[in-house]
Amino acid sequence: MTYLMIFITGIFVNNIILSQFLGICPFLGVSKKISTAFGMGMAVTFVMTLATIVTYLLYYTFLRPYGLEFMTTVAFILVIASLVQMVEIILKKSSPALYRALGIFLPLITTNCAVLGIAILTIQKNFTLIAGICYCLAAALGFTLAIIVFAGIRERLEHTDIPPLMRGTPIVLITAALLSMAFMGFAGISY
Amino acid sequence: MSNTSLNNLTRGIVKENPVLVMLLGMCPTLGVTTSAINGLGMGLATMFVLMMSNIAISCVKKVIPNIVRIPSFIVIIASFVTVLEMLMQAYTPGLYAALGIYIPLIVVNCIILGRAEAFASKNTVFQSLLDAIGMGIGFTLALVLLGGIRELLGNGSIFGFSFVSENATPLLIFIMPPGAFLALGGIIAVVNKLRGVN
Repeated sequence: MTYLMIFITGIFVNNIILSQFLGICPFLGVSKKISTAFGMGMAVTFVMTLATIVTYLLYYTFLRPYGLEFMTTVAFILVIASLVQMVEIILKKSSPALYRALGIFLPLITTNCAVLGIAILTIQKNFTLIAGICYCLAAALGFTLAIIVFAGIRERLEHTDIPPLMRGTPIVLITAALLSMAFMGFAGISY
Repeated sequence: MSNTSLNNLTRGIVKENPVLVMLLGMCPTLGVTTSAINGLGMGLATMFVLMMSNIAISCVKKVIPNIVRIPSFIVIIASFVTVLEMLMQAYTPGLYAALGIYIPLIVVNCIILGRAEAFASKNTVFQSLLDAIGMGIGFTLALVLLGGIRELLGNGSIFGFSFVSENATPLLIFIMPPGAFLALGGIIAVVNKLRGVN
């Protein structure tokens, strides 16, 4: 039950983009088409889950027993950066099709604050490993959901007559505000 | 001060403002600006890391092999963020709690890595410092502006000083997440108009 609540809260109530503001760069940058938005969402889901598991194990088997908690930021960003590189190399060799689909998004993910943010939040919230995985999967699916819905709206926006003042970034941000308002409706079911 | 130095210093403040013109560092910009003071704190914290990392990177730029350039920059930036984290935890615990997760996330702020890659890795220490100060001021100004507008509309105050009567209902939406997008969208529309884009 707890796991289910963590899951639902993570996707809808505390949506990583629309209420926590992590991962805004890809949200605004890679959301012009539904297909690329989906690719980005999948790449983030994959890397985020992997990164959270690895950083969790690193923290509890190495950093905490030796009193090195102050090194968390440095250690985590190094692990995430090398993990992304490794995933890229493995995918290129083992699954060229998947690499073609996700490859261009992978380098962008290193500086995606959502990955580092969720890794640190999982530690801060004192989750067990299973709860931590639930939490980061929910965050990643919330990211995918938000970016796909947003890409759908932006595809429609292409064909609308927008006042010249609002064209470009302003209308994108206003649209995000409306989407964020819609997601606020889920706040009633928070855990 | 020579013309180039002056240009390097002032460029980041208005003409190439990292937030309002270049659209970099969006996560902290939207996430922490529920009040003007939080915006100011985040801006100064980022400026500190930006200055230190620009100085350090321009000092060691000749020693770092080109192929491991980005990971080395990230390690340097992350070290300064850790220093900042400890300093803030010790001396400004209130602000440290208010900014929360966004302090360690200064590491992945694209402004800092962007300036390291685009400027500090090619220029002298002094010019890199000027660039960092300019960009830092630009970032801080944008955050204070956004935080101020959101605090004024959402809470009826600026820097904690109240402007409206007790009975007035503020537009709460502006200090909630949607308000961040709305306010920033409005500000960028005005900035675009002033710059003559569109």
